[in-house]
Amino acid sequence: MKKSIVLYLHVHQPFRVRHYTIFDTGVDHNYFYDESSLQLGNEHILRKVAEKSYLPTNEKLLELIHKHPEFKLSMSMSGTVLEQLEKWAPKVLQSFKDLAATGQVEFVAETYHHSLAFFYSRNEFEIQVQMHREKIQDIFGQTPQVFRNTELAYNNELAKWAEQSGYKAILAEGWDPVLGWRSPNFVYKPPNTDGIKLLVKNYKLSDDIAFRFGDSNWSEWPLTAEKFVHWLEGSGEATNFNLFMDYETFGEHQWSESGIFNFLHHLPQYWLNDDDHSFMSVSEAADSYEAKDELDMPYTVTWADTERDLSAWMGNSIQQNALSAMYGLEDKIISTNDLQLIEDWRKLQTSDHFYYMCTKWFNDGDIHAYFNPYDTPYEAYITFMNAWHDIQFRLVEQGIDV
Amino acid sequence: MLGWELPPHNSGGLGVACYQLCKTLAKKGADIEFVLPYSAQHDAQFMKITAAHPQGITEIIKSGIAYDSYKYVYADGTEEWMDIFSQQHAYEHAVGKLVENREFDVIHAHDWLTFRAAIRAKEKLGIPLFVHVHSVERDRAGGESGNPLVREIEYNAMMMADGIIAVSQLTKESIVHDYGIPADKISVVHNSIDVSDAEPLDGENTYHYLTAMKQHGYRVVTNVGRLTIQKGLPNLLRAAKEVVLREPKTLFLLVGAGEQYHELIELAADLGIGKNVILTGFLRGKQWRDAFATADLFVLPSISEPFGLTPLEAIGYGTPVLLSKQSGVSEVLNNALKVDFWDINEMANLITGALRSPSLCEELHANAYREYEQMSWHESAEKLLSLYASHLEGAAV
Repeated sequence: MKKSIVLYLHVHQPFRVRHYTIFDTGVDHNYFYDESSLQLGNEHILRKVAEKSYLPTNEKLLELIHKHPEFKLSMSMSGTVLEQLEKWAPKVLQSFKDLAATGQVEFVAETYHHSLAFFYSRNEFEIQVQMHREKIQDIFGQTPQVFRNTELAYNNELAKWAEQSGYKAILAEGWDPVLGWRSPNFVYKPPNTDGIKLLVKNYKLSDDIAFRFGDSNWSEWPLTAEKFVHWLEGSGEATNFNLFMDYETFGEHQWSESGIFNFLHHLPQYWLNDDDHSFMSVSEAADSYEAKDELDMPYTVTWADTERDLSAWMGNSIQQNALSAMYGLEDKIISTNDLQLIEDWRKLQTSDHFYYMCTKWFNDGDIHAYFNPYDTPYEAYITFMNAWHDIQFRLVEQGIDV
Repeated sequence: MLGWELPPHNSGGLGVACYQLCKTLAKKGADIEFVLPYSAQHDAQFMKITAAHPQGITEIIKSGIAYDSYKYVYADGTEEWMDIFSQQHAYEHAVGKLVENREFDVIHAHDWLTFRAAIRAKEKLGIPLFVHVHSVERDRAGGESGNPLVREIEYNAMMMADGIIAVSQLTKESIVHDYGIPADKISVVHNSIDVSDAEPLDGENTYHYLTAMKQHGYRVVTNVGRLTIQKGLPNLLRAAKEVVLREPKTLFLLVGAGEQYHELIELAADLGIGKNVILTGFLRGKQWRDAFATADLFVLPSISEPFGLTPLEAIGYGTPVLLSKQSGVSEVLNNALKVDFWDINEMANLITGALRSPSLCEELHANAYREYEQMSWHESAEKLLSLYASHLEGAAV
C-alpha cells in the first residue's frame, strides 16, 4: 500500500456582528452588514481574503491538479462562507467549482453555520448538517462521505452519531495525551463502532506549515518542500500523513511573500518522486487503510489552543452565558416559522462569535487577539448580546412570551 | 525630591503616586529628601520630609482641597492667604535657600508646581534634573491650551531638565505634541499600585441607601474624582440619560468635589435624570472606599487622564471598570471596557451592556483582578534608578 499525504483544507468566514449597539436593539434588525467598517465589514473582509488567499490558492491547486493526476485533496467549506461567496464574489466561487469539477477534490460535511450545536441541541445540529449537505450537493454536485465537526470538536459520541448517519470517516485532532504511544500517521477506529474510520490531524507537521512556516526565528526556517518531504520519509512506520489546516494558511496567515505558494507548488513534485507515494482524499484514505487500533476519546478534543478543548469558545462565563442565551431561545424561534428570524438566529450560532469573547489573554492570548475584530472580548460580548436582545424583541413582537 | 503633596494631605492621585514611588525607591536603597511646600505630619519613615519655609514663616497650612490656597503664619503672628502662583514663588525661593551648602546626587521634581523650584535648585547644585510629568496643562484644561503662564513653566523646565519622566505613553505624546520636546528625552514610567497597601473593606457598606436599592434590583455606576473639566463627567451624565432610558433602575454615584459641582447637578436635572444621580462631595477613608465597593461598574470618562489610579482602586475593591481610551491606565490594564471619551453613545452602550449582564461584570472583574494582583511599583522604581544611573556615571544614588 502506498504512503499518502492526506491534505485537508478548511474554508470558513463568519458573519461577524457589526458594531451593533443598544441604539439598534429593537430598532434595526440588520446585525451583519456594515461595509463602512474595515474590521467588521464582512464583504470587505471576504474580498480581501479572496484576493490574498482564495484566488491565488485555487489557481495554484488547479495547476497542480492538471500537472499531477495523482494530486488530491479534501476541503470543507462552511455554509456561511459559501453564502458570502455567492453574494459578493461569484467569480471566486466559480474557482472552487472548477476545482470540484476535476474530480480530485473531495468536499467534507460539517454544520452549515459552523456552530457548536452538537453540544447544545442534537436537533438543531442535525438540521444544520442537512442544510450543509444540500448546499454542497447544490453547488458542487457531490455528497459528502466524511464528517468534520466545527473546530474539529470531537468525542466518541460524535463518532457514533456520524456512523449512524452514514459517514465512512470522521476527522479529529491528533493530540498526544489522547494518542498516547500511537502515531497520528495511521487510520483508527472509534470505540463501539463497526466501520467508521477516524483520521487524526498530525498537528506537528500541519503546524509547521500553518503556523511556523513564515517565522524566521524558527530553527527550521526556511522550510522547503524538499526538506518537508524528507521529514515525511524519515518519520518511520506510517501510512497516511494527515495535514489538516485552515485554507487561509495560503496567502492570508502565511503571506505570499513568505514563499508559501512556492512550497505548495513543489510539494507534489517532491513527494510523488517516489512511486510508493501518493496523495489521497479523506474517503480514499478511509477506504484504503485498515484501522490500526481503537482510539478512545470520551472527552471533547478540538484543534485549538494548548488545551485542545472547547475552552476557547465556552471557557468563561460570558461565553457560557451567550451560548445558553442563544440555545435557550431555540423552541420559540423555531415555532415562529419566520425564516428570516430563524436564519439570523442561526448565523449568531457561528463559533467565531464566542471565540471573540475568549479572555485567555495569557499564553494563547496572542493568537486570539490576532483573530479578534473587536477591541476586547467584552465588547464582542456586549455587541453580541445587543443582537440577542433584538432577537428576543422580535419574538415579543410576534406575541411570543419570553 | 520636590513634590507638592503627600497623603493624607493630598487632593488626588499625585500625592499617592509620589508616596508609593518614594517608598519603593527607598526600599531599593535610595536616600530621599522629599521637600513639600507645607508642614504637616506624614507617616513616611522611609524618607526625610522637609517643609520648604520662606524666611520668617513659622507655619504653612494647606486648606485641604485641590489646587487651593495656603495660609502662611508669620513669626509675628500675622497670617496671609496665598494663591497658587504666589505659593509657588515662595516655594521656589525656599527651595533655593534649602539646597545651599547641601549635597545631592539628583533632583527629581513632580509636576509643574515644583518646576520653578527645581530649575532654581539645578542652577545652584549643578546636578542632573528629572522632571516627572503627572499631567500637562492641556490635560488639566480638558483639552484646551490652558494657562499660558503654566505652559511656559512646563516648557522651560522640560527644556532645562536632563530627563523627562511621563506617567504614560499618552502623556509622553502630549509632551512631544504640546512642547516639541524630542521623544527620546522622555521616558515612560507608568504609575502603579501596591496591592498590600490597599486599606481593607470592613463588613458593612456605609451606603445604606444604595445597598437597599440594590436589593430592589437597582445597579450602581460610580466615578471617583475631582469634578473638573479634565474628568469628562458631563459626558458620563449624557450617557447616563441613555442608560436610564433603557435600564431605569440605575444610579450614578459621583464622589468628589470641584468647580463643576453645580453645573453637574443642573445638567443631571436638565437631562431628566436628577433622581438617578447622587453627588457626595469630597470623601476620604471608609466612605471613599465603600463608594468603589458598592458600585457594579466604575467609569473613568476623562477627557485626558495622564494615568488615572482610581480604576485600579476600584478593581481592588471588587468592581469592574470602563476606561476612557484617553487615559494612561488603559495602557496597563487589558481587562477593561474602553471607550473614546467623546463617544457618548458607545459609553451608554457599554454601560448598559455591563449592567445587563452580571456574568460580564464577574468575568471582567476576575480577569482585571488577576492583572491588578501582579501590579507593583517595583518595575517603575527600577526604571527610575537606571535612568538616574545613566546620568550619574559612577556616583551612588
